[in-house]
Amino acid sequence: MEAEVVAALEPEDDQQGMYLTFELDREYYGVWIGYVSEIIGILPFTEVPELPAFVRGIFNLRGQIIPLMDMRLRFQKQFVEYDERSCVIVIEVGNNTVGLIVDSVSEVISFEEADIIQQPMLSSGVSNQFVKSIGKVGNAVKLLLDCDKLLSNQEVEILTNQKDEG
Amino acid sequence: MTRNFENEPMMEVYIFETTQNLEQLEQVIICSEKNGGFTPDDVSEIFRFMHTIKGSSAMMLFDNIEKVAHVVEDIFYFIREQKPDGLDFSAVSDLVLECVDFIKAEVKKIADLSDADGDPVFLIEQLNTFLDELRNIFGAESNQNKNQKKQQQYYIPQEKKQDLPSTEDWLAQESGMASEGACYHVIVHYDDDCKMENIRAYTLVFGLAEMVEEVYYLPADIADNPQTASYIRENGFEIFFKTEISYEEIKAHFENIIYIDQLLFREIEDHRLDAFRNTPKEAPSIDNFALPDRDLCMPASSPANVIVTEDPQKNNTTATQKMISVNVDKLDNLMNLVGELMITESMVTQCPEVEAIQSENFHKASIELHKITVELQDMVMSIRMVPLSTTFVKMNRIVRDMCKKLNREVVLDLYGEETEVDKNIIEHISDPLMHIIRNAIDHGIESEAERLAKGKDKAGHIVLEAKNVGSDVLIVIKDDGRGLNKERILEKARQNDLLTKPEAEMSDRDIFKLILLPGFSTKENITEFSGRGVGMDVVTKNLDEVGGTVLVDSEVDHGTTITLKIPLTLAIVEGMNIRVGKSRYTIPITTISESFRPDQKDCMMDPDNNEMVMIRGQCYPILRLHQHYQIKNAETDLTKGILIMVEQEEKVICVFADELLGQQQVVVKALPNYVNSMKKILGLAGCTLLPDGSISLIMDISGLTGLRVQ
Repeated sequence: MEAEVVAALEPEDDQQGMYLTFELDREYYGVWIGYVSEIIGILPFTEVPELPAFVRGIFNLRGQIIPLMDMRLRFQKQFVEYDERSCVIVIEVGNNTVGLIVDSVSEVISFEEADIIQQPMLSSGVSNQFVKSIGKVGNAVKLLLDCDKLLSNQEVEILTNQKDEG
Repeated sequence: MTRNFENEPMMEVYIFETTQNLEQLEQVIICSEKNGGFTPDDVSEIFRFMHTIKGSSAMMLFDNIEKVAHVVEDIFYFIREQKPDGLDFSAVSDLVLECVDFIKAEVKKIADLSDADGDPVFLIEQLNTFLDELRNIFGAESNQNKNQKKQQQYYIPQEKKQDLPSTEDWLAQESGMASEGACYHVIVHYDDDCKMENIRAYTLVFGLAEMVEEVYYLPADIADNPQTASYIRENGFEIFFKTEISYEEIKAHFENIIYIDQLLFREIEDHRLDAFRNTPKEAPSIDNFALPDRDLCMPASSPANVIVTEDPQKNNTTATQKMISVNVDKLDNLMNLVGELMITESMVTQCPEVEAIQSENFHKASIELHKITVELQDMVMSIRMVPLSTTFVKMNRIVRDMCKKLNREVVLDLYGEETEVDKNIIEHISDPLMHIIRNAIDHGIESEAERLAKGKDKAGHIVLEAKNVGSDVLIVIKDDGRGLNKERILEKARQNDLLTKPEAEMSDRDIFKLILLPGFSTKENITEFSGRGVGMDVVTKNLDEVGGTVLVDSEVDHGTTITLKIPLTLAIVEGMNIRVGKSRYTIPITTISESFRPDQKDCMMDPDNNEMVMIRGQCYPILRLHQHYQIKNAETDLTKGILIMVEQEEKVICVFADELLGQQQVVVKALPNYVNSMKKILGLAGCTLLPDGSISLIMDISGLTGLRVQ
């Protein structure tokens, strides 16, 4: 599965409508492929104290030290133990490189412009703050993430106080 | 100025050599000034430096530099030949240093790829006037010499191949057959004045490489042995080559090369090259010949009865460092790659299947592999680190100039200049150091009369010291001057509305720190050097950029001590790895005073429920890391874990951890941007990669000691 996805990542041209989709608690999300640098399995990581629970720690990716963000915890969903399907999507946004732990990666989908609905009117859950738009594939919808917002720390202080079992 | 592509390597060599020469020259002058005059060695050395600079500048067509160097050379030529008594050394030094500055500025321009357009006319006039004066006072220099020199200077290269020295007996063998693949033997004598013979020879061989099939030359090590220059100067440069190009063409090629004084050109038989073919390695290098006394090339060491604060030997090593400039990004990449290599190496050798291999050879090889990777890592780590010596030695010049202008005697003592600091940091501390030293001399050190009245040494002392303290480098600048006047500072601060908190709450250090604010100057008169209130704020600004801090201590009449504390963003730290639960931490070893397992009876609670431990009658606070960082599954029984007593800035605390894992040199890496932007974690200075690829967090002890010490 991973190999296929990575192969699909190769073509550089026309990445505009391409999103890497992943599963999280039976929902499907997408990140714009331009942000994705690689997909890896879960490597041993080191916990860093005093950080919000969704930052599980930092890990060493070939000498580069990268923080690891658990997307379930980030969206305040129930934490589940990682299994062999769990993946880390390494994204690079600006000068931040962060690994996102997801339940599993599924595929790269190329959306037509018409299939992307901007500014979705959604209920105001935590996860929806980070959803920029919705992509339609047949009957299913994928929630397309706003990576800039995902890595901004505006609401971090609130979350730090709600540190729960990680 | 035309600068074509071919010249680039030459240009690089030129810039490098000239800069080096200038630095050495400066040191010689300052050194000899301290000794109270030029020794004959100094004079000829300065002469030689200027001569080299002149020669190479002329070659690179930098007329301005050449002219200046030429006049200076004339002056020293005069001094060398006439040995005038009662020469005004300081005037000479001033002039020469001015010229050094001028040339430095020009070379800087060249290095920045702009035109070296400085106008030397004024300087040259000054120099000529000086030289004329010298001549008037000390009698006319033998004009004959002068003219001769001039002639040499403008010597036009000419081919003298017609009148070859007939002592060359093989000359008779010259045969006219210009068949395919003919072999030639060429001896090149360069123009006396051209300089850098070895580089020229190398260029020559390089240019020839295209045209010939085989080429051998003597001396063979021209590219990396600068001593060959003098050998070539005396004995000529011999080239043996085989080519298909006709005799005429080859000859024309040689004749077009500039600065060739004599050219011996003849055809030889093919077998004469065999000697080189068979044993190319043994082609005699000039080391086999008698070399001129090596000392000639070294700055003369100074007599023992004078104040020389730096070991001259050490100066040599810094000055003769061979430098290349490499993009720091490349080094970072290299470091990451080596890190990967280390991890992969341990993954391979510690893999259970591999460990089961019963082969002595294999294990030997894997130990060797491990050794090499570790060495490689050490090497890569040390590449980014640069000793402070160059920056420190530069301060000599500032002290000298200031002393001259202010008519004070100040001795600068340097300690710990071998301390290594990250390249980036060095660039940021040179300016602050300069400003602090200027201030120390201008404001701190009293005038001679005042010093004697206070019972102090006539000469002021400034100590410049660098040392590693924990995860920081401390640079201490200490003078024995009058110290800071608290009242004056406060008054000035009140006037300029610079007070940030009520005066009563300010400690001495807080007050002294005010002098670092922009626009702050207690000096009534603005001098050339200080008093405008700019300067000291540069110190804070530059240090902020590298995350450093400034501490100011002062005692009236005993002097002022300014301490720059610079963190090592990327530095090697000797650390003790400890384990707490599953997490691993690294404590800089220099902060650790001891580690021990306490007895139950020594542990106690103070009334505020803070844990304390009693050692040798002293009570120390305990910081449980697992509690502080909420680490799960960690040892909670004090008697089963270990206490590590750490000390920083005179604050002591005992850190409680599960166990010690061992001591190791680690590279400090910053925590990822994302983590840093989220929260400043108290007590963490960064992280590091352990050899097994896992990450350990490096503790910032000064952050921790602040937590529990009242």
